[in-house]
Amino acid sequence: MSDAKHKSKQGQGAKSRARTQPDASGSQIAHFPQSEPLPLDCGVELAPFSLAYQTYGTLNEDRTNVVLICHALTGDQHVANTHPVTGKPGWWETMVGPGKAIDTERFFVICANHIGACMGSTGPMSLNPGTGKPYGLDFPVITIADMVRAQARLLDRLGIGDLFCVAGGSMGGMQVLEWAASYKDRVFSALPIATAARHSSQNIAFHEVGRQAIMADPDWRGGRYNDDETLPRKGLAVARMAAHITYLSDNALHRKFGRNLQDREALTFGFDADFQVESYLRHQGYTFVDRFDANSYLYMTRAMDYFDLAADHDGALAGAFEGTSTRFCCVSFTSDWLFPTGETRAVVQALNAVAANVSFVEIESDKGHDAFLLEEPELFETVSGFLTAAARRRGLARPGAGEDAEK
Amino acid sequence: MNIHPPPSQGARVDLLLLSRMVEPKSRVLDVGCGDGALLRLLAETRDVDARGIEISQAGVNQCVARGLSVVQGDADTDLVNYPDNAFDYAILSQTIQATRRPREVLEQLLRIGRRAIVSFPNFGHWNIRVQIMFRGRMPVTANLSSAWYDTPNIHFCTIRDFTALCHDLGASVERSIALNAQGKPLGLKIPYVMQNLIGEQAIFLLSR
Repeated sequence: MSDAKHKSKQGQGAKSRARTQPDASGSQIAHFPQSEPLPLDCGVELAPFSLAYQTYGTLNEDRTNVVLICHALTGDQHVANTHPVTGKPGWWETMVGPGKAIDTERFFVICANHIGACMGSTGPMSLNPGTGKPYGLDFPVITIADMVRAQARLLDRLGIGDLFCVAGGSMGGMQVLEWAASYKDRVFSALPIATAARHSSQNIAFHEVGRQAIMADPDWRGGRYNDDETLPRKGLAVARMAAHITYLSDNALHRKFGRNLQDREALTFGFDADFQVESYLRHQGYTFVDRFDANSYLYMTRAMDYFDLAADHDGALAGAFEGTSTRFCCVSFTSDWLFPTGETRAVVQALNAVAANVSFVEIESDKGHDAFLLEEPELFETVSGFLTAAARRRGLARPGAGEDAEK
Repeated sequence: MNIHPPPSQGARVDLLLLSRMVEPKSRVLDVGCGDGALLRLLAETRDVDARGIEISQAGVNQCVARGLSVVQGDADTDLVNYPDNAFDYAILSQTIQATRRPREVLEQLLRIGRRAIVSFPNFGHWNIRVQIMFRGRMPVTANLSSAWYDTPNIHFCTIRDFTALCHDLGASVERSIALNAQGKPLGLKIPYVMQNLIGEQAIFLLSR
């Protein structure tokens, strides 16, 4: 349990690193001035705004090999490079890289930090041009569609017309579906993983627990903690702890921790972290605070809560995909109880209802929702097979490989 | 990585014959596509837009890893999701006998495909008749190798049964081929009665 043993050290060191400005170290940034506002679903315009992004691989001459990756709730643009804040590998290095399923020798991969997030894109931590202070809760509520609209603006800026593929898991998968629904002509293939076309009541409930934990922390100060140089560390940590449980599964937790005790031989008859699972969760909570902004957490969770693709199309999900020529590959995991297979099946049924080109794979795994981020060979085979076939359809030759290698 | 032979070589004769009923560049749904052998054959020899439905998750995952567009689903329950005329051909290859409601499945095929292609083992074959007649046991043949208690095939029919069902549903038979035990097609001129006796399997091309 090396993770848990690092707990106290990282917890203490973190205080000095608490960030009051968006951190975009190592990322490219696209600035959109006051004259190019982003219209938002809530009815206001956001201007100016910036998007921090990473790219991997090389854009081909025809600009036909672009893969846009949409990150999850607390992810960021650092898909396949060492993270500048945590020093850990990129969050999808298992999937993205030279020779990987999303092969950066073949595709030009882009990932942008979402609008409202906290790794360099404009969010509640950014300065409000109207007041000269951080936005805090004056930042407008952002939706999944707003995030996608901002990404489209980034592509326009980069001179990229359509995407070979949009891929993402969880909240990223919601964006994939939104892309496919809102920009049908710009999406050749779509890879929504462990996601849903709407956030379920149970999932909204979990998010509300997290938000209430943050807002109950006296250091949250009504969202103006940056002014007072405080941080709702405990609230955000508790929010992360609760959420983290939903990313795993009963089996995965039991396999990893059982009822094992943490650095002790017997129960202490107190409320210290007797059990390894408690110590692990506390570690997850404390380290999260070092890399994520509490207000951003409120905004990101709200965006997911508001997502309901069918509602935007008169209650019929199939309406969202009417007339699509995008090739879809939907993936779910058997032990994911946050986005259970039924949610993906609903998307597949809607796609079938418009006779879309769709593949649907449910992967046997006991790792819960987080399986999409982990070493899952069947996921890699699925993604690789899907992208290879789509690339063949799009006439993207694989450099230095014959037909045989593609099968 | 597996080395796959060119699809036209080594493919099952029934699949080859079936594939030749499909117009090039058409839209095809293969219901019960298994490991995707027919889909591959159709994609590569007829350049079709090929999709599949398969009930076994292992089969689906194998298909998708090979780049085929396949969803996990059940012919008995999931065909209702597709719109009318979604495909040029809806294919049910060696699957109808394993469905719970073959009549409804066939109706769905004829609804979502402008044409339907159905292939099935013929339970009227003389060898099967002889086994029941003289051994008094459920027949076991090279093509139908499972014992009665563990076969997935719950709704066997003969060629004559099948043509009767097509008639009931108002479907017209555009073409039919019966294959002998060696997998060779029988002559076209052979009457149904004889096809039903010496055909080990049959392939029907239907339209509404």
